[in-house]
Amino acid sequence: MAEASSDPDRPRRWPFAIPVVVILVLLALFGKRLLDVERGADPSLIPTVLLDTPAPAFDLPPLPGRGEGLSNADLKGRITLINFWGSWCIACLSEHPVLMEIAKTGEVAIQGVAWRDPPEKSLAWLAKHGDPYDKIGQDPNSKTAVDFGVVAAPESFLIDANGVIRYKQPGVLTLDDWRNKVRPLIAQLKK
Amino acid sequence: MKIIFTLVAALWMASAALAVEPREMLKDPALEARARVVSKALRCVVCQNESIDESGAEIAADMRILVRQRIQAGETNAQVIAYMVGRYGDYVLLRPRFTAATVLLWLGPVVVLLLGGLVVARRLKRAGVTPLPLTPDEEAAIATLTDEGGKA
Repeated sequence: MAEASSDPDRPRRWPFAIPVVVILVLLALFGKRLLDVERGADPSLIPTVLLDTPAPAFDLPPLPGRGEGLSNADLKGRITLINFWGSWCIACLSEHPVLMEIAKTGEVAIQGVAWRDPPEKSLAWLAKHGDPYDKIGQDPNSKTAVDFGVVAAPESFLIDANGVIRYKQPGVLTLDDWRNKVRPLIAQLKK
Repeated sequence: MKIIFTLVAALWMASAALAVEPREMLKDPALEARARVVSKALRCVVCQNESIDESGAEIAADMRILVRQRIQAGETNAQVIAYMVGRYGDYVLLRPRFTAATVLLWLGPVVVLLLGGLVVARRLKRAGVTPLPLTPDEEAAIATLTDEGGKA
């Protein structure tokens, strides 16, 4: 075997490594991507195409006994955080104290969309856990949720005074997200 | 064996029947058929690798109904799909588009195949440049075989 490899007519072995290397590189790339999606580490992996576009038009009815509903007209003239939630959504419960905290600061108007939720359940949930919302609209058929490209509750969007979507929070908005992402962005938009 | 086949077939049909509920369906069979085609192309956004046509998720059901409303309103299949892509991006398409981001996905296997083919072709070429002449034994063996073949 040793003398055979020095034979100039014998094909060199290294070209065989090319497809193997290419396959390994592909596997590594695909594998990394899969793991990233699985972990949900990077929210930009499911990017919103709606970023920096005007918020979609909508006009949602109110929860009974809670004043007006919510329409895209309510998003104009001031910076708004619009939050899709539901009493059925477990993660919303962990997000709720953060929204209450933000509402207390008064730095941004929080508007709610009660998504796929019977109104009496939404109201009971708010009575129990507190109500950080300025206005709430009901979206029982996901029409507005799909218009916003919402995947799963909770999801929040920061909308500037012109009604343009500036930020999307897929999933729970944590206090860290608020401090490090949303709040600085609000300050920047107010300039 | 028959029982197993029947059970498997029943299970398979059950899963197909679960997702689209009768109350969702359009009365016009042609429009309904189009709605099924569109729904099969759209990803259920919470299930990663299932179309909204197959999925039992609530948002998938709502998306199926939205698809049907748009078809009924006179939109083409392409317009309905464009509406969903406008909300969820290319992610909502079950069949990835050919873009800069997916070029590796589409062409990767072809490139690997071509490279492999190239290596094999080179090797075969080198190995087969000068085929060894047949030995007298081999010549004789072929002669017997062809003779016998001719006689039979």
